[in-house]
Amino acid sequence: MEKKMDFDKIERRAASRKRAFTAADYVLLTVWALMVLFPFYWMVLTSVKSYGSYNGEYIPRFFTLAPTLQNYQDAFTTVSLGRYFLNTIIYTVVTTGLMMAVIIPAAFAFARLDFPGKGIAFTLFLSLMMIPNELVVITNFVTITNLKLRNTFTGLILPSVTSVFYIYLLKENFEQIPDELYKAARVDGTSDFKYLTRVMIPISKPTLVTIVILKVIECWNSYVWPRLITDNPNYYLVSNGIQEIRENGFGRENIPAMMAAVVVISVPLIVLFLIFRKKVMAGVSRGGTKG
Amino acid sequence: MKKRSMKGWLYLLPAMLFLGAFMVYPLIDVLIYSFEEGYNSASQTYFGVGLYNYSRVLHDHYFLQAVQNTFLLVIITVPLSTLIALGISLGLNAIKPLRNLFQTVYFLPYVTNTLAVGLVFMILFKKTAYTDGLINLMIQWFGGQSVDFIDGPYWAKMFVLCFYTIWVVMPFKILILTSALASVNPEYYSAAKMDGTKSFRIFYKITLPMISPMIFYLVITGFIGAFKAYSDAIALFGTDLNAAGMNTIVGYVYDMLYGSSGGYPSYASAAALILFAIVLTITCINLMISKKSVHY
Amino acid sequence: MKVVLEHLTKRFPSRSKKGDDVIAVNDFDFEIPDGKLIGLLGPSGCGKSTTLNLISGLEAPTSGRILFGDDDVTRLPPENRGVGLVFQNYALYPHLTVLENIMFPLQNLKGADRPTKPQMIERAKTAAKLVQIDGLLDRKPSEMSGGQQQRVAIARALVKMPRVLLLDEPLSNLDARLRLQTREEIRRIQQETGITTIFVTHDQDEAMSISDMIVVMKSGILQQIGAPQEVYDDPVNLFVATFLGVPPINVFDGSVKNGRLYLGDQAVLSVKGVSDQKVAVGIRPEGFVLDAQGPMEVQLNRVEVMGRDTSVVSTHPASRNVQIRSIIPARNKVDKEAAAVRFSLMPDKVFLFRADTEERIPVDAQ
Repeated sequence: MEKKMDFDKIERRAASRKRAFTAADYVLLTVWALMVLFPFYWMVLTSVKSYGSYNGEYIPRFFTLAPTLQNYQDAFTTVSLGRYFLNTIIYTVVTTGLMMAVIIPAAFAFARLDFPGKGIAFTLFLSLMMIPNELVVITNFVTITNLKLRNTFTGLILPSVTSVFYIYLLKENFEQIPDELYKAARVDGTSDFKYLTRVMIPISKPTLVTIVILKVIECWNSYVWPRLITDNPNYYLVSNGIQEIRENGFGRENIPAMMAAVVVISVPLIVLFLIFRKKVMAGVSRGGTKG
Repeated sequence: MKKRSMKGWLYLLPAMLFLGAFMVYPLIDVLIYSFEEGYNSASQTYFGVGLYNYSRVLHDHYFLQAVQNTFLLVIITVPLSTLIALGISLGLNAIKPLRNLFQTVYFLPYVTNTLAVGLVFMILFKKTAYTDGLINLMIQWFGGQSVDFIDGPYWAKMFVLCFYTIWVVMPFKILILTSALASVNPEYYSAAKMDGTKSFRIFYKITLPMISPMIFYLVITGFIGAFKAYSDAIALFGTDLNAAGMNTIVGYVYDMLYGSSGGYPSYASAAALILFAIVLTITCINLMISKKSVHY
Repeated sequence: MKVVLEHLTKRFPSRSKKGDDVIAVNDFDFEIPDGKLIGLLGPSGCGKSTTLNLISGLEAPTSGRILFGDDDVTRLPPENRGVGLVFQNYALYPHLTVLENIMFPLQNLKGADRPTKPQMIERAKTAAKLVQIDGLLDRKPSEMSGGQQQRVAIARALVKMPRVLLLDEPLSNLDARLRLQTREEIRRIQQETGITTIFVTHDQDEAMSISDMIVVMKSGILQQIGAPQEVYDDPVNLFVATFLGVPPINVFDGSVKNGRLYLGDQAVLSVKGVSDQKVAVGIRPEGFVLDAQGPMEVQLNRVEVMGRDTSVVSTHPASRNVQIRSIIPARNKVDKEAAAVRFSLMPDKVFLFRADTEERIPVDAQ
């Protein structure tokens, strides 16, 4: 009997220790969640405060009783946020589309076709993966300038059309498609191109979607190259637009309008993410580092 | 029988053209630039060939400042963010309800524009004539002295930069570590329980070695990413990073190339190659260490 | 160490909120004698792995008691029970060498129990020698074959000198040849150490061949327990009869009238002491004797020659299976062209079961 009592005590202690641990765990996780969410909350909150009330608050308030959409109107009228937005969409769509058109055949060639020099070509190609963008930006800047392509979409888009990494990712995926399918297609007299479009692309759709999503995120947030290549606000992308707004836009003090602009350019990607949550996270864990 | 033909090259052609023009050629070119002394971008002439560009860059006060900033940033943020991410992932791994929600929230910074959210951080930390800013108010609540994190002392600016950098890199690390933890076969934990292994020992002897390849992957990519820091700093301190004393090596490269201090592609090239050498060295060291300590 | 399970029950809460609990182990009550090799046998989902987890202490029972000898271990944590467990996928730590894997359990011991380092190495080496992997101590698990990994796992389970050794599907990850070899090995190790050993399997062949005793389970309920041959020769119900034996037992719908067993309209056997009723009839493949005057006539499909034996495949209207398979010695020639074959039956190979409960109906010895 005494022994049994002992066990009850031990079990109760273990259970309460576990409860305490779980509670502490949730508290810590919540703290980090708040750290992540707070900037977003602050951004939305500030964007709906009126200019006057924002600047009147020496101690910032955590809520507002008189939300206004005036700042959003300002964001689109005082500075050309609409144009930056449109530019970014054009840039993102064209770059992503062109890139897919370039990398799919390349990945197909490496994965399935046999041609003289393939081994060397692939080795060279792999070694390019190690080259940081910073190293080639300099010459590209000079090249584009010399071609008089500054402040054009062509100049913006051309250097980001290929990605060694995505070709590699896609090639790996193509190679997982059983060889028998290719042989069967050859026996049926299917051409390589038809095999690519009818068999490989449909089968690899999940990977292709992943690559598209990653590229769209990359394009939407790109800053360095557009900054170098555009100094005409008509060609600014959202990142440059934000920087421009910050330096010269609404007057440095109109922070609510600035925040409205920030909200507007943040929303599309967040919506995209919430819709494709699983795909985005799976894609990023397979091959995305920020920066 | 596979037919060997030149058709493969045809499929490769577009990629080859783009890579040749915007990667291979620039790579060679940047090397040449870096050795051409006194290059003038207007007339496209130079005086001679030598190491002057490198020596000039290495003696540039701004470059040294940028190197210092970058190294500080790397040394502070890489270990710290990896550790915090490990803690959070372990926490996530231990719960069931709300786990998806937390994961989704934690991932948000990945999909936001660095420049845009940087602005929010700026207004949170900045001290102006109208307001001390939220963070400073909080410091005051706890009885501290308010300080301007954006235009104030060096350590304060470095603090914000590190804080924001960690905030930005966290989603990727949490994502990788949570999936690494989830992929550890539960039989190992049962086996450890059979032997009465204490939870710290389980973590230290089983969990950690099992996920060590992923931790090293994160450290290596973390180093590379942090060495290339730039847009975080721009977002917080504006485009004139030299004036703020918060320039990074990449920032220095771009400043040399373009903008008010620009027009010196030779210096930019030399600086970029120095950065590349640093990153390459550190990555090699990392790989050597990981070979020794990752067991399978 | 004998192991006693007293009214052991384990319920798992249902996945859906309203559904009934799942009873994985239902009121187990049996005793495993000291120093024997026991096979827990049943189809997948019958609760045999749960039983093993209860004995190991990885799971706590809902009710009932577990005793090792006279010690009640029901609420002891696994590490204090003195059990060794070999996992289905071995759970060898991939980053540790064989020696380090085997030493791992010893390093968790504390205080007076904790051996010195040389003692640990000594004990690990002894365990390794027992399973004959003492030449591979510096290897990593990934550098070994499945069979070798299995031995390391057994050595790791034995190194603490457990009172009871548990093995979860120990052979399921091995190929057919290794499986035969490894089961002999398990038998040898068990006999050398004399440790009470319980292993779980869904393969009746495996269980029958090496166990001193088998425990047959179905849907969380204990069906029968006994020496393999006893259970085979004397199954308590239709499930046990069909689960044991390769090729499986042939099952018929039959009836008993006036002490005679009828399959369709053929009176095939006299069964004394059984009242008139409908029955399920199980006839082992080896229970058929080729006999031109035999009472049972079947329609011949084909004859398969297996060397030592001949397998006669046929049909019968009362059979529950599409085909009947009977095994007869090869010297008894069967006319392959014949349309029908006649058999007489060996009474001890024919079992009667109640049509409703499928319980065995005893037949008086003749």
